Amino acid sequence: MKKNRYSIFSLARNAVSYHQDWSEAWRSPDPALSYDVIVVGGGGHGLATAYYLAAEHDVGRIAVLEKGWIGGGNTGRNTTIVRSNYLWDEAAHLYEKSLQLWEGLSQELNFNVMFSQRGVMNLGHTLQDMRDIYRRSNANRLNGIDSEILTPAEIKAKVPAINVSSEARYPVLGASFQPRGGVARHDAVAWGFARAADARGVDIIQNCEVTGIRRENGAVCGVETTRGFIGAGKVAVVVAGHASVLADMAELRFPVESHPLQALVSEPLKPVLDTVIMSNAVHGYVSQSDKGELVIGAGIDAYTGYGQRGSFSIIEGNVAAIVELFPIFSRVRVLRQWGGIVDVCPDACPIISKTPVQGLYFNCGWGTGGFKATPGSGWVFAHTVARDAAHPLNAAFDLGRFSTGALIDEHGAAGVAH
Amino acid sequence: MLKIECPWCGERDQEEFQYGGEAHIVRPERPDTLTDEQWADYLFNRANTKGVHAEQWCHGAGCRRWFNVLRDTVSYVIVAVYRPGENPPGGGE
Repeated sequence: MKKNRYSIFSLARNAVSYHQDWSEAWRSPDPALSYDVIVVGGGGHGLATAYYLAAEHDVGRIAVLEKGWIGGGNTGRNTTIVRSNYLWDEAAHLYEKSLQLWEGLSQELNFNVMFSQRGVMNLGHTLQDMRDIYRRSNANRLNGIDSEILTPAEIKAKVPAINVSSEARYPVLGASFQPRGGVARHDAVAWGFARAADARGVDIIQNCEVTGIRRENGAVCGVETTRGFIGAGKVAVVVAGHASVLADMAELRFPVESHPLQALVSEPLKPVLDTVIMSNAVHGYVSQSDKGELVIGAGIDAYTGYGQRGSFSIIEGNVAAIVELFPIFSRVRVLRQWGGIVDVCPDACPIISKTPVQGLYFNCGWGTGGFKATPGSGWVFAHTVARDAAHPLNAAFDLGRFSTGALIDEHGAAGVAH
Repeated sequence: MLKIECPWCGERDQEEFQYGGEAHIVRPERPDTLTDEQWADYLFNRANTKGVHAEQWCHGAGCRRWFNVLRDTVSYVIVAVYRPGENPPGGGE
């Protein structure tokens, strides 16, 4: 870590050698015969889990197994929005912990994740929207989370390009605004966690797909992979859209369904939008990346799917909503469009839990908004795996809530897919 | 986009249909005799199959009738369509 520390001095030193001598950011080791903890899934959440396991817990040898390349799934496919303005206490505390970790993440990882606190605005278009926004905003403030209510004139002052005319099909009546929210560079989050975890001895093994979960006497003892059997004392599964597939390997049934979620970016433009705009009612959200692209997110398809692509009608409705909000964008050309597979829970909240199999843990069900939770998710999951017990922040997010009925209904705050 | 063949109206655009989730889930006859875990399994747990999936669709903008579809959830290819009460073609369930 010391040798490879990134700084202005290392940049200058490497400039002298024409940047030919930078060492690799992480190793590519062959898998060992066994590990104390295996994290299945090398996305942001899995890498964060491995990092916090290595940095804050004493669990022995750790490996991350990734079937493709790290950050190649939903980590590289989302629209990078970070916020913590959730309605219910349990969710608000979890996402707020994550937001606090975001605020120090670049320094902690010694990797610039380009976290930009440009604020997140959630628009209201109906009287009921505004009632819900006031309720959620007040709940946020009671939980110590920053939240303001903006009038249409105040929205227009912050975002000159937006249409707040009362003549709009769904006029903007107001918004909640979280100034500490914003966006981050999604690939850098995966790379930063991978590099920092590797520096603490974590083996990151790519192109290694888990095909089975081996158990003995009700306890996990390792995983079958495309690179052979690897023994493990504990297995922590963080595979987003494929949670049900992995659960099936341990003969577990989960309350999640996988859906395609789509997003698109425009050609690069000069700066036109310096905050994040989200609307549940017309279902669209947009921000502008540092490269100048408008990053636009759509909703999920109603049907289940693992195909990493969705229906054109979803994109059509989404773009119609964005153009209604921003008539100035109507002639902007779309550069790329893609889909990812999100695992959705009935209450729009994640599962971060032990399972009936001893030593097997699942972190899934983040649905359409898992990116913002990346550091917090890894932090509480590392605690859960290391101590074999949930942290108070994720105790409410266990599998048992579906039989006790203690669901955490966040469809209001999580309802717009992002 | 999917083209879905309604068993009564024929092939129509996906926009005319609503998705109804996993097919062949039978409501327990005596819910009061179930444990909380069994009831939760009925209410919330789903197969979420990767591969050929039996699911319900409703032709909401057409004849408004429900029917079943076997669809591959990776390729999205529709393998078969059959009416409620019928068995899936090719056996199974």
